[in-house]
Amino acid sequence: MRPAESSALASAVQAGPAEAVPLTADGRESRVGAALPMPIGLLAELTHRCPLQCPYCSNPLDLDRRSAELDTETWLRVFSEAAALGVLHVHLSGGEPTARPDLERIVTHCAEAGLYTNLITSGIGQALPKLQALFDAGLDHVQLSVQAADAANADHIGRLKGGHAQKMRFAERVVALGLPLTLNAVIHRGNIGEVEQLIDLAVALGAKRLEVAHTQYYGWAYVNRAALMPARADVDRSITVVNAARQRLQGTLVIDLVVPDYYASYPKACAGGWGRRLMNVTPSGKVLPCHAAETIPGLTFWSVTEHRLRDIWARSPAFQAYRGTDWMPELCRTCDRRERDWGGCRCQALALTGDASETDPACSRSPFHMHIENLAHVESGSSLPPAYRYRAMGRASGDDVSQNCTALSK
Amino acid sequence: MTALTSADVPRLPRGVRIRFDPVRNAHVLLAPERAFDLDETAVAVLNLVDGQRTVGTIVDELTAAFDADRAVIEGDVIEMLGDLVAKRVVER
Repeated sequence: MRPAESSALASAVQAGPAEAVPLTADGRESRVGAALPMPIGLLAELTHRCPLQCPYCSNPLDLDRRSAELDTETWLRVFSEAAALGVLHVHLSGGEPTARPDLERIVTHCAEAGLYTNLITSGIGQALPKLQALFDAGLDHVQLSVQAADAANADHIGRLKGGHAQKMRFAERVVALGLPLTLNAVIHRGNIGEVEQLIDLAVALGAKRLEVAHTQYYGWAYVNRAALMPARADVDRSITVVNAARQRLQGTLVIDLVVPDYYASYPKACAGGWGRRLMNVTPSGKVLPCHAAETIPGLTFWSVTEHRLRDIWARSPAFQAYRGTDWMPELCRTCDRRERDWGGCRCQALALTGDASETDPACSRSPFHMHIENLAHVESGSSLPPAYRYRAMGRASGDDVSQNCTALSK
Repeated sequence: MTALTSADVPRLPRGVRIRFDPVRNAHVLLAPERAFDLDETAVAVLNLVDGQRTVGTIVDELTAAFDADRAVIEGDVIEMLGDLVAKRVVER
């Protein structure tokens, strides 16, 4: 008698195949096939504005400005449509979502629609002043980012002096209110030696969960890869540390581990499989199958300002492009893991091979796999890694940052 | 972690709740970063998890309701709730 468990934010953890649910709502969609799974999670990037400038930010290089952000009424409609579509968890993210003046209204609306609200926050700026109101509005869970366990190192990575101390005050208040707290730590060369301390910090703060998430190299992290790539031995050590802590802390702290692709044997089912579990709405209203999907040229993304969420999920070209197994190259289509990995990450395939419909090179069966192992080895072995290119608005296009993002293997 | 016993009083903390999902026509347990598909038995157990009843009381009530062997029910309930306690979904 053990309930089947699935990860809500499928990008973070390997998740099993979603249950196929027929589209029954209004018959109009019947031509897309009777077994289209409905999304369980919606990642709402309410804004790209953020007080931190982490060099591995998952936001795109070309950040949406405030003037391009959706208005309150549109977001409320999106959440109503999401609930009707079968979404269970809503991840209120950014940038820093508390920068939106309407966040309390959004949480209230989601709670009324039965949606589970997860605040993904830096804990900085308006996060603490707004926390009580969000709690009262029915917020379910807080995921707080931490850049490192050491305050000076954390402030260097996020490029905000005093940022870590603000986060600690915020975390204490979350736990004091009785809200469940998850710490999310993105792991890279600059903090991989602090995994033990991060675990201790999570326990000391009273967090229930800790995500030890090795950097995934898309967007800003791809640009900064040479500065971020950890050495193989340090990665192996971090995994040993996590596994030991999981045993020791059972019933106290749950630790989710995201292993780094460049050292993996098999790829991650990106977002739990393209168009299977998750949808991502950008600040300006574009709906993406994963947060990095805009890096793939030629895909057409529909916007919530022009289409219903249900139609976007079922029929938009971007969601159809890599859904299921028909698009797969021979290597994936004939693979026994094809409905486990779903071919891995399309954005990573594009970035590393120049072709988004290639097998993800994180897969040991990919002909490009040796190439990325070598890249990781060379970059992590450099005694003098490059300085971070910090995330910032308006700096991505036109300079060598975007140039750096073309396929390396060609 | 010590094993769950009959005297423990389990509860669903803030951020964990049961919901009927009309789209999938099933009950789900929503928790931080997780969703659990619930069958009828799991729903029956979790509906009795109220921060008042002990595990022993829950087992008694389920034994009466299902007219089943108490030892079997007890083993199942402790396994299921114990798993959720280990995952920090159910508190005790």
